Amino acid sequence: MAHLAVDKLSKSFGAFHAVREASFTVAQGEFVCLLGPSGCGKTTLLRMIAGLETATSGRIVQNGVDITNFPPSKRDFGIVFQSYALFPNLTVFDNVAYGLRSKGSMRTDTRARVEELLNLVGLPGETKKYPAQLSGGQQQRVALARALAIQPGLLLLDEPLSALDARVRQHLRHEIRSLQRRLGVTTIMVTHDQEEGLTMADRIAVMNAGQIEQFAAPHELYARPATPFVADFVGTTNFMPATFVAPGKVAAGGRELAADTPGGLSAGAKLRICVRPEDILVRNVTEGAANRIEVSVDELIFMGAFSRAKLGVAGGVALQADFSANLLRDVGVREGSRLTVALPPDRLRVFAD
Amino acid sequence: MRTRLDTDALLQRLALLGVVAYLAVFLALPLGTLFEKSFRDHNGAWVGLANWLRYMETPSLVASLGNTIWVSLLATAIVVPLAFVYAYALTRTTMRFRGTFRAIGLLPILAPSLLSAISLIYLFGNQGLARWVLMGNSVYGPIGIVIAQVFYCFPHAFLILATALSIADKRHYEAAEVLGASNARIFLTVTLPGVKYGLVSAFFVVFTMVATDFGIPKVIGGRFNVLATDIYKQVVGQQNFEMGAVVGMVLLLPACLAFAADRWVARRQVALLTARAVPFTPQANAMRDWLLFAFCGLIALCILTLLGIAAWASFIQYWPWNMSLTWRHYLFSNADASGWSAYFNTLQMAALVATFGTFVIAFGAWLVEKTKGAEILRGVVQFLAMIPLAVPGLVLGIAYIFFFNKPGNPLGFLYGTIGILALNTITHFYTVAHLTALQALKQMDPEFESVSASLKVSVWRTAWKVTLPVVSPAMLDVWFYMFVNAMTTVSAVVFLYGPFSKLASVSIINMDEAGFTASAAGMGIVIVLTSGFAKILQSLLAAYLAKRTQAWRMR
Ligand SMILES: Nc1ncnc2c1ncn2[C@@H]1O[C@H](COP(=O)(O)OP(=O)(O)O)[C@@H](O)[C@H]1O
Ligand SMILES: [Mg+2]
Repeated sequence: MAHLAVDKLSKSFGAFHAVREASFTVAQGEFVCLLGPSGCGKTTLLRMIAGLETATSGRIVQNGVDITNFPPSKRDFGIVFQSYALFPNLTVFDNVAYGLRSKGSMRTDTRARVEELLNLVGLPGETKKYPAQLSGGQQQRVALARALAIQPGLLLLDEPLSALDARVRQHLRHEIRSLQRRLGVTTIMVTHDQEEGLTMADRIAVMNAGQIEQFAAPHELYARPATPFVADFVGTTNFMPATFVAPGKVAAGGRELAADTPGGLSAGAKLRICVRPEDILVRNVTEGAANRIEVSVDELIFMGAFSRAKLGVAGGVALQADFSANLLRDVGVREGSRLTVALPPDRLRVFAD
Repeated sequence: MRTRLDTDALLQRLALLGVVAYLAVFLALPLGTLFEKSFRDHNGAWVGLANWLRYMETPSLVASLGNTIWVSLLATAIVVPLAFVYAYALTRTTMRFRGTFRAIGLLPILAPSLLSAISLIYLFGNQGLARWVLMGNSVYGPIGIVIAQVFYCFPHAFLILATALSIADKRHYEAAEVLGASNARIFLTVTLPGVKYGLVSAFFVVFTMVATDFGIPKVIGGRFNVLATDIYKQVVGQQNFEMGAVVGMVLLLPACLAFAADRWVARRQVALLTARAVPFTPQANAMRDWLLFAFCGLIALCILTLLGIAAWASFIQYWPWNMSLTWRHYLFSNADASGWSAYFNTLQMAALVATFGTFVIAFGAWLVEKTKGAEILRGVVQFLAMIPLAVPGLVLGIAYIFFFNKPGNPLGFLYGTIGILALNTITHFYTVAHLTALQALKQMDPEFESVSASLKVSVWRTAWKVTLPVVSPAMLDVWFYMFVNAMTTVSAVVFLYGPFSKLASVSIINMDEAGFTASAAGMGIVIVLTSGFAKILQSLLAAYLAKRTQAWRMR
């Protein structure tokens, strides 16, 4: 049974629909990410799960109990806010112990437990400092320790890393993920950073304008985006306008391409084709290969391990392609060179427009 | 859908209801009674607009309306520019002794309004030392009122303008300079627009203060009538409560206007300063700084003189015939039957007002800010809390007479006690204290309560453990604000004291009326010293709090 099931949950502020009929489930011990651009309703959805916002309609079921109308104090969750919301006048120790004291545990137990928690989040021995004396990353860890102190069945994280600089963020990403695995605590994390979502989550719910557009594992999301929005938001992608010709055949830029087409289309229907930059093939493009195109390399931008090429296509839109340093050397691609590339049919995603 | 309420949320709603009931009993119902009274005759029969018509047909009453307006306008027109230059010198220049000037500029706050009027009488009255300055004009009347009001209102205008002027973005000035704008042009295009809301606010605040102040026209108004003295005469002199009610309602008008303007300003003023603004740091400019120094010196000298004259005169045997010094005027019982007990009543009331008032107001503000949901209840409290700003003390005072004196009011036992004086004073100064508390609470992370809920800690514990310690400096400010205002207030309490609850400020009026001006001045000085002592105590406490509970602010 799923630990948490969210069913057609909606929230409107007056006439504005912040979340529309969001449904997803979180299995016991799973790490789920709510991913989407700023303002798409992620925080609102998370706050409804915590009981901090009242849902307009829909249901939330945790461990088989309908908690939709429960106040936060009657729900089982720990939460870390974007601002951390650490109590500024309490020491690290008192912050972490805040939820323990009220449970009536003994003083010595509390001390041991707080130290254990601080060890767990990698912040041993800083108990006497005040939050303002800690770095952002350290504050984040204290907030995490405080949330975990009461051993919640569900951990909610709202953009926990967004206030940190890139290096710390990378590091903490990994740490939070391994901590979550070790404790096996069911977790929902909100983020607008697709890389964060892809690297940390078991499953991701991609949100757009209050709706969940796709709920799937990261590789699935990346390889088989369900909507153009998902294709665009997760990773980089090329969009090409096209029209439907026949099942398995589309026309784009005056040439026919083979691709998996969705059913129920009539000839001439407007389509959009997506292809990821790294899926554009240069090597081993033989005479008989499908979807061969002649292109010119108009621009080559060095990005470190690979270079991003802007490819000009006769009669079509420009395409972005990623070429590894290896490939550039072997094939001898330079700005201005002409190439024959292939767009593998199984890597093309076709969306009705 | 509705979230089920947990115990905390239920208790918070109950407490909100309690605050609504409190404000209803001590604010809304008395005002309602006053309003109703203006439509009834002496026997309580409904007479419609008869009282109002009689008001408009009584030339002397209408004349005082005109008097009130022009005197208030004149005083405002003098005090706002003076306060602006003073505030400008203190916030935008590198002039020396800015801290000292600031302290002196705020001194009049510590004194009851009528103390300045008494000083003016010693200077320019019939026995005045510098009578010749007025070239034969009498200080009793508009001249005295306007000068005394300027002195009394100066610190309030100064505070508003200094706050407005201290909010400045250096980048705007740099941009103007880079574009080659002249100093005058920068002043007109950058400085003035930046403080225009402050100026509007100062204008209305001062206008209302002058229009509704009672102490100054009472002491130095002579036969020049204004609305505030009219109410007193109608109610205390002629026992004509109906007419008093009508005048009271009229007096509400300027205050309501000022209130509306102030709200309008408050709404516009948000986000003048963005988070990325660079604070303005004044540059030295010898010529300007010396000119402003001379100006501030002059103002400070006036303030110190006015206070000094009152202090000095209170020790003079028999002004101006026998200028030897004596303590005898401080034996207040020779001048007024209540003697020193009036002072101790005031002290007791001020302590009550400050302590109980701060508690009630802070609790109300906390409920408004921290209760989840309950929009209507919170809105009602917030609305009621804003009303006192628009209600002059005199009006609140007679409203209390009508309400608590009404036969059958179960709270009638409060009438004539220190208790009703304290409750009235708390209501009188509710709004500013409420807004200060609210402001402090709003600066806290709104998620503290959410975190507490997730940790299953009650909101009360979080209020005690986190909220209160964090806002304690603001609470201390509120405490002091309430204390000093309670020490110096005259207008509301002049209607409400009983035989055993006469206050020092009322006793000043009585002593002055009876011709014991030196004792009146002496009592005023005792009040100033007490307020000053409270101020010092507050500073020490603030320093202590900073060390003890605010250690976390240090990095
Ligand atoms: N209390 C509120 N009242 C009105 N609108 C709100 C409120 N809270 C959030 N919104 C709106 O709902 C939308 C989604 O907000 P939010 O969930 O915070 O987005 P995200 O976390 O994805 O950035 C935003 O457009 C926001 O302005
Ligand atoms: Mg958010």
